[in-house]
Amino acid sequence: MDHIPVSWYLTLSAILFGMGVAGFIYRKSVITVFMSIELMLNAVNLTFVTFSYQNANVDGHIYSFFVMVVAAAEAAVGLAIILTIFKNRGTLQIDEIDSMKL
Amino acid sequence: MDSILFIIAAVAAIGCGLNLVLQKHPISSALSLIGVMSSLALLYLLLGAEFIAMAQMIVYGGAVMVLFIFVIMLLNAGTEKRSDKSLFAQIAGFPLLAVLVVLLAFLIRETQFPAKVTDVHFGSWVGGTAEAIGLKLFGQFLLPFEVISVLILIAILGAVVLARKEIE
Repeated sequence: MDHIPVSWYLTLSAILFGMGVAGFIYRKSVITVFMSIELMLNAVNLTFVTFSYQNANVDGHIYSFFVMVVAAAEAAVGLAIILTIFKNRGTLQIDEIDSMKL
Repeated sequence: MDSILFIIAAVAAIGCGLNLVLQKHPISSALSLIGVMSSLALLYLLLGAEFIAMAQMIVYGGAVMVLFIFVIMLLNAGTEKRSDKSLFAQIAGFPLLAVLVVLLAFLIRETQFPAKVTDVHFGSWVGGTAEAIGLKLFGQFLLPFEVISVLILIAILGAVVLARKEIE
């Protein structure tokens, strides 16, 4: 078997996205929650590249390139925010940072 | 050969992703995330996206993950404590998530995609070269490219300002 159905790639992407959602909901460390967001962005990138292959068109690659750039910017700002939170609060547990909670 | 490579990369991606979610220490999660990104780069190569595969390795596997590991080591982040505050997520989370993933997989299986290509074969489409992407990026997508450079500049300034001083 030398041909892989496109749907396998899309299903793999859905599974990775689901695992990112699981990490986002379950984990209590701010850094791990942030890494789960990166995992979800990666899964979406795989979908873009797969559809790009399917349509033999390079547009999907451009979108996934933009997603990468935005993710890099987001990582820089988000990690700076995490540093500031840790300096002010002294904790990384996500449910101890609850001053905006009703 | 294609299927062997796909299965190796897919199993590595899913295994590393599970490890990311299940490990208690952030540094183990970060190293698993590097594994996920490397196997995704292999999948991009199989899909004929050589530029995106290299960008994935350099931007994600290199820059972003080094930033993560720097922050983990700088903050000396230890293993996280369990807490029982979010009861709803603990009870209903995994069933709902399984429903979501199964639903997505079912939709993907059943959809008739309006394109002629339904199978992936390595080498049958090699359009994702740096040349093709560069022509597209600096032609049709020139305005988004310029806007995103402004976004990067703002992000750098924001990161410097946030990390510099204490904010009350």
